[in-house]
Amino acid sequence: MGYQTQEGDEVSARPAAEYSAKIETRGLKASFGSNMVLKGIDLRIPANRITAVMGPSGCGKTTFIRCLNRLHELTPGASVEGVALLDGEDIYGKDVDPVSVRRRIGMVFQKPNPFPTMSILDNAVAGLTLNGVKDKRTLRQAAERSLRGAYLWDEVRDKLGNSGASLSGGQQQRLCIARALAVEPEVLLMDEPCSALDPTATAKIEELITTLKNEYTIVLVTHNMQQASRVADYTAFFYLGKLIEFDETARLFENPRQELTERYITGKFG
Amino acid sequence: MANLSKSSRRARSRGDVVLRSLVATAAIGIVALLLVLGAELVNNSGLSLTTYGLGFLTGTVWDPVHLVFGALPFIYGTLLTSGLALLIGLPISLGVAIFLSEKARNRRGMGSLLGALVELLAAVPSVIYGLWGLFFLVPVMKNYVEPPLHSYMGFLPIFGTTPIGTDFLTAGVILAIMIIPTVTAVSRDILNAVPNSQREAMYSLGATDWEVTRKAVLPYARSGIFGATILGLGRAVGETMAVTMVIGNAPSISASLLSEGYTLTSLIVNQFNETTSSLYASAMVEIGLILFALALAINFFARVLVWRMTRGARFRI
Repeated sequence: MGYQTQEGDEVSARPAAEYSAKIETRGLKASFGSNMVLKGIDLRIPANRITAVMGPSGCGKTTFIRCLNRLHELTPGASVEGVALLDGEDIYGKDVDPVSVRRRIGMVFQKPNPFPTMSILDNAVAGLTLNGVKDKRTLRQAAERSLRGAYLWDEVRDKLGNSGASLSGGQQQRLCIARALAVEPEVLLMDEPCSALDPTATAKIEELITTLKNEYTIVLVTHNMQQASRVADYTAFFYLGKLIEFDETARLFENPRQELTERYITGKFG
Repeated sequence: MANLSKSSRRARSRGDVVLRSLVATAAIGIVALLLVLGAELVNNSGLSLTTYGLGFLTGTVWDPVHLVFGALPFIYGTLLTSGLALLIGLPISLGVAIFLSEKARNRRGMGSLLGALVELLAAVPSVIYGLWGLFFLVPVMKNYVEPPLHSYMGFLPIFGTTPIGTDFLTAGVILAIMIIPTVTAVSRDILNAVPNSQREAMYSLGATDWEVTRKAVLPYARSGIFGATILGLGRAVGETMAVTMVIGNAPSISASLLSEGYTLTSLIVNQFNETTSSLYASAMVEIGLILFALALAINFFARVLVWRMTRGARFRI
């Protein structure tokens, strides 16, 4: 598979090592009205790895992951073209219910968005109650499991009845991660999950992300190159709605093949 | 440098003083107006207050000829018709508001057209609603709506009397129609103010549209919707003309919604010009005082409720 860069030369962006793709997009395009923000993305996202999507503001990285769980189309005037496959199955297939896609692909947002009228416990299991789980003990166990998974349990175990909004920003974001984990998705999309957090909270979330990759395929949007190099196994560099380069993180940072990538990671623009 | 910043700060602070005194005067003026209003009502109803005492509130007979005044049927009529208005109007208002904010989201044109039409309804003078009620709603209620209610559910006390058209139920319906635009418009704004991140959070967990509305949007907006409801209730309690034209104006405390009634506002508008003695006039003012107190009490309890509901939560609408 080849990619057209904006300079026009055909390059192979495929990483050297073979891997199995959890998600694959072919010619994925996304628009807001007549404004095309994603201009044909071909990308294979490796299973059980952390893939960072980085690039300057407005490069389409957030739109890209919002296409993967079909959130993009909820915006008035938004449209999607091209192919996106989850385990080889078309996410945009004719008979595919977006609801079932979103149950398999969880998401953590840029700004922590716990449900303020729900308790911490209810927040953690909000997705399960949606699926019809009613049994109090099951819910409580699931809440503990996902809160432990998000390294939040010890901080909230004594106040599970408090409002989700009563926590600090970093705790709220971990609560949102717990909420996404509780429904046991296969893929976790994270849209700049640390951008609203202080360095301590960021470090905690990054540590958490690296432990999650054993069970989940993670796509992490970030505009922070250090973050990408710290946590991601693979990194995709987006620019102006195009995928410029995709490679193993270490190789992309040490030995970028595209001049644009090199200029970005050396801080010449962005 | 120091001088410059000092003088510019002084100029600014002079503006601050002017602005502050202007807004403070306005704010104090409003409070003072309320106090003067209350004091005037108490003052002018003094004769009635001392003559009848608490018996005025519990008395059920209103006989100006023999100077026997009891306000209970009117209090009952006001509370009953307003309650009915909420019961009928709130679900409809919420439905329209949810449609406008959640469903018409992708169809801006339709949403704003419908929204504008709803708001237009709020601008119709209440006497027009009264006329329409009298010439259209009353016959419809009398001939098509109330007879089946009475014949099939007449065993319930609330439908126990013979349908006459001018009654509590018709007044409740017309009040519901009158509060729907207000409650709808305010609720729609409240729902529109719910951050999209809340909806997306629910969607991303695999929620359907209805689940997003029910579990993310409505809970977030609940205190605001409650406020909108109270606004509607306030309008229903204070509404005069339309109700007067369709309620029958016969003081009664009947469990049946199909019987004639009377409200505080209707009484004032119907009889104030006919007060023949100072005691009668004073009793009329006391009716006004009760209405005033009722409206204040509703707003007060609404505030307490909203406060209790949002206590501990960090968000506000």
